[in-house]
Amino acid sequence: MTPLLALDGIDTFYGPVQAHFGLSLSVGAGRIVCLLGGNASGKSTTMKVILGLVSPRAGEVRFDGARIDGLPTHRIIRLGVGSVPEARRIFPVMSVRENLFMGAYARDDRAGVKQDFDRVLALFPRVAGRLEQQAGTLSGGEQQMLAMARALMGRPKLILMDEPTMGLSPLWVDRVLELIATINKQGTTIFMVEQNANLALQIAHDAYVLQTGRIVLEGPAEKLRIDPRIRDAYLGGAVAA
Amino acid sequence: MAALLQVRALTRRFGGVTAVDALDFEVAEGELVSLIGPNGAGKTTTFNLVSGLDRAASGEVLFDGRRIERLAAEKIAALRIARTFQHGRVFANLSVLDNVLIGAHTRLKAARPKLGPIAELLVALVGPRGVREEQAQLVEDAKAILARFGDRLTPRLDHPAYSLSYANRRRLEIARALALRPRLLMLDEPTAGMNPTETAEMEAIIGDLKRSGLTILLIEHKLDMVMRLSDRVYVLDDGKRIAAGRPAEVRDDPAVIEAYLGHSRIGETRAEAAE
Amino acid sequence: MGSFLDYTVNGLVIGDVYALLAVGLALIFGVANLVNFAHGSVYTIGAYVGWAAITYLHTPFPVTLAIVALACAALGALIERLALRPLQGRARIAPLLATIGLSFVLDQLVQLVCSPNPRAVPAELPDWRIPIGGGSIGPMDLLIAFVSLTSAGLLYGFLRFTKLGYAVRATAQDREAARQMGVNVDAVNSAVFAIASALGGISGLLVGMYYNHIDPGMSFQATLKGVVAVVIGGIGNVPGAIVGSLILGLTESYGIALFGTTYRNLFAFALLILFLVLLPNGLFGGRKVIDAEPLTGSFIAPSRALKLPAPLIAALTVAAFALPFFATSPYLLQVLTNAWLAALVALSLTLVSGTAGQMSFGQAALMAIGAYASALLATDYGVSPLLSVPVAGLAAALIGTALVFPAFRLRGHYIAIATLAIGEIVGLVILNWESFTHGALGVTGIPPLSAFGYEVTSARAVYWLCLALLVAFALLQMRLINSHIGRTLKALRDDEVAARSHGVEISRYKAIAFGFAGFGAGVSGAISAHLFSYLNNQTFDSQLSLLAVTMAILGGMGNILGAILGAVVLVGLPEAFRFAAEYRILIYGVVLLLLVRFRPQGLLGTV
Repeated sequence: MTPLLALDGIDTFYGPVQAHFGLSLSVGAGRIVCLLGGNASGKSTTMKVILGLVSPRAGEVRFDGARIDGLPTHRIIRLGVGSVPEARRIFPVMSVRENLFMGAYARDDRAGVKQDFDRVLALFPRVAGRLEQQAGTLSGGEQQMLAMARALMGRPKLILMDEPTMGLSPLWVDRVLELIATINKQGTTIFMVEQNANLALQIAHDAYVLQTGRIVLEGPAEKLRIDPRIRDAYLGGAVAA
Repeated sequence: MAALLQVRALTRRFGGVTAVDALDFEVAEGELVSLIGPNGAGKTTTFNLVSGLDRAASGEVLFDGRRIERLAAEKIAALRIARTFQHGRVFANLSVLDNVLIGAHTRLKAARPKLGPIAELLVALVGPRGVREEQAQLVEDAKAILARFGDRLTPRLDHPAYSLSYANRRRLEIARALALRPRLLMLDEPTAGMNPTETAEMEAIIGDLKRSGLTILLIEHKLDMVMRLSDRVYVLDDGKRIAAGRPAEVRDDPAVIEAYLGHSRIGETRAEAAE
Repeated sequence: MGSFLDYTVNGLVIGDVYALLAVGLALIFGVANLVNFAHGSVYTIGAYVGWAAITYLHTPFPVTLAIVALACAALGALIERLALRPLQGRARIAPLLATIGLSFVLDQLVQLVCSPNPRAVPAELPDWRIPIGGGSIGPMDLLIAFVSLTSAGLLYGFLRFTKLGYAVRATAQDREAARQMGVNVDAVNSAVFAIASALGGISGLLVGMYYNHIDPGMSFQATLKGVVAVVIGGIGNVPGAIVGSLILGLTESYGIALFGTTYRNLFAFALLILFLVLLPNGLFGGRKVIDAEPLTGSFIAPSRALKLPAPLIAALTVAAFALPFFATSPYLLQVLTNAWLAALVALSLTLVSGTAGQMSFGQAALMAIGAYASALLATDYGVSPLLSVPVAGLAAALIGTALVFPAFRLRGHYIAIATLAIGEIVGLVILNWESFTHGALGVTGIPPLSAFGYEVTSARAVYWLCLALLVAFALLQMRLINSHIGRTLKALRDDEVAARSHGVEISRYKAIAFGFAGFGAGVSGAISAHLFSYLNNQTFDSQLSLLAVTMAILGGMGNILGAILGAVVLVGLPEAFRFAAEYRILIYGVVLLLLVRFRPQGLLGTV
């Protein structure tokens, strides 16, 4: 079965610096797949490539069967990709309600949007209680909830999440992870980039580990969870093949 | 004997987030001390607070017994504290040589007369012998510093910094910092983004600097390198110090491993009121 | 007391008009992070389109308004698409310079099509006035208030209740996040430019009707007033722009009440400087956080400078000195003399804006200070030009640096705005300080240059003198750039944070740069004064400052030979093609646009 999202042989450059070396990975429909790695591993750049914010110098990105590398971001979003950006990036001067509607910006079906609005509020009671509040005044954890709810409003086939647990207290981390699992059970494919390997591997189905722009480990999450080589990948040593 | 650098109860908040939380640490003269911890632990913020680019909400920084937490960055550089930056900040349009010469700015005596900027301007235009000799001396010093990096930078003396490879830029940054003849050198992730060969080279250079007696404060993520180089290690997470001691003591500390790989327990639900 | 109400109403009405202008600037800044210096040109075009509609088509007012709005909206979208979108991703200074080039082009086009003479705009409004308090309100006041309020209401409705309005707000708050929600941020840019330009055009029409006067020169002042309002309110903040406009309108009105009409602009710019120095983020702007990344906004383009071999340069210099022996036409010598004097100013600009990276739009003020100092010393105090010219240079250096000093902690476009405002203020102070500067009458009978009793008046003698000064200054500047000061200036240009971290005292070196440059520009101004034998507050205006910038960019920012080359080309070429003289400013604008887009490093490369 063709994966929902596939990266094939991606080389990315920032000026003279190479960030990805022949990066290849795939995300099966209905799965939670996580991309792990330490600092300067190239995790965030991967998200930028998928979203069309950075163009790869070589390789292909395919979504739902079609090539999307080279397309402008707003076209990629319209194809059914949702985004929960790093550090949330909710619109600070807009209300919670307005943020949610921005999530549905790419959609034309008003009835469907209304339906999803109610559905999302049911899933995120904490957000529902603050609809008119200015989003910039929410706490970090609440903003993360809002960012996820906002992405769901687009009724995407695939949601990209960039470090969803960064900077959150343990309690909020629990909530976020629970919600990611729930969203996935309701049918949305999730591709997430995470620094916190232990947590990500608790809920993911498949995982890839990135080190300085190359995939050094990959496989089912339950296998990687107990693989001692992950520690090497994170703490800077060379990963035994 | 009091440590060269003493940081006491240093605190910095950004809006609702406490980036550095009552941090205590010290560095004795001649030591190489490392600050480690995951992303967002507050390490670079600590550097900014010590080097004068940022102001702490509370706490003290003492250098050689003198309080410096309220001083501007230029003054702290004049006290011979040098630093490099996490993403490498060289002067892109200056040559390699000029970059290093800027590092020596605080050592200019003949070219920076005490009488003030007008005198400095006139001296620069007239260019008396004392100034020319000083410049020649500084150029010699700069070349000697660059020679530490083998033939990485020396053949590129006149090249503009923007044309250098990433690794060379990081090396140049260190060379520039060394030109200040610092008593304390603060290195922020000097090997970030470098491959194993380049990392090993950099480790050798830092080792040489340590052996020459330089006091070094290092932020690094490559823990095996940290363990080999450091006299002592402080571990930060969420702005707080969670472990400290000799490398061997810290290496197998479960708190450290957890901090890096992430908290493995999915916590019990706490009372809503706690939030 | 009744007058007080009158002035208040007047201030609010003018504030309304500024608001239409300022809101557009705020919108553009919000989404594109750009101060649009061509905004005033759109305002002027709006006024002329309206005038044409009324005069030739005899359209009723609402139709005129609609025509103006649509025409200007189209113009705005065109400007964004053609001139600005291709510059995305470049140094932040690039679009700002492009809008300046655009303003030159648009203003001169208006002047060519419609003649430079002012026109009256028949308002055809009834003649009654409503007495209020001790003053009165007329139909024009009500009309302006009505149009402004309606526009504000429509804009509010648009931003709050339409999908595109949401997209605009989202893009202004976080462009990257908006993109990731599926917003076509380029289309948003176009839409914002269109809306802002429509509002600006309407503003122009209303002003034309209010004063019954439009002329092609009104654009520059309009842009500046808009910028003042926006800075007061908090750059990028739309409601803030409205508040700032009303404050500006009232300040101007009360200023006129207290001191007279010639003080109107002085108050506006003094208010601007006050805010830039004390509260640069305005009344409603957020608090700024420390710059995490080095600001790349100030330096236009890295490049390898073309290295001309020293013998060639020497040969060219000798040839320049020898020229009067071979080409005896006094006209040619005069043109080149002007080029040498312009080159002095271009050199001063290239040091400050190229080497030190502080974009200065106020070089003309330095020339004016130098010119007035020497002229007054020579005329009113009988000092010999041999002495008065260098003293004038010193005066320009010291006064100029002192004036710009409070702005040293500003970055990027703020410095450009501050220096522009300082330039205007100097001109206005000269205008108003009549007892000292002779005000609008100017200084007449400035004695020609002379040394040791010999008058330097022949075309040849003047040519050699100016060339000698230029060569001397260029050599000094070269020495400066090769010294530790040169590399220190470049360091603070490239990365102020890293420079500070190595002990560089930023303000000190910025002061050295402005001081040195001030001397050169001041001497140039002083010499010009003696050559023209007459000068007034309009002899050195902001347009000259912008031309100096164009010359420096043409040659290559920071490049000494480049500055000289740029001056020769931009002064000499229009003279060489006499027919083009009328289109001079237009050509300058096009040159600037082309340079910024295709060759920002200039002819000889940046240094």
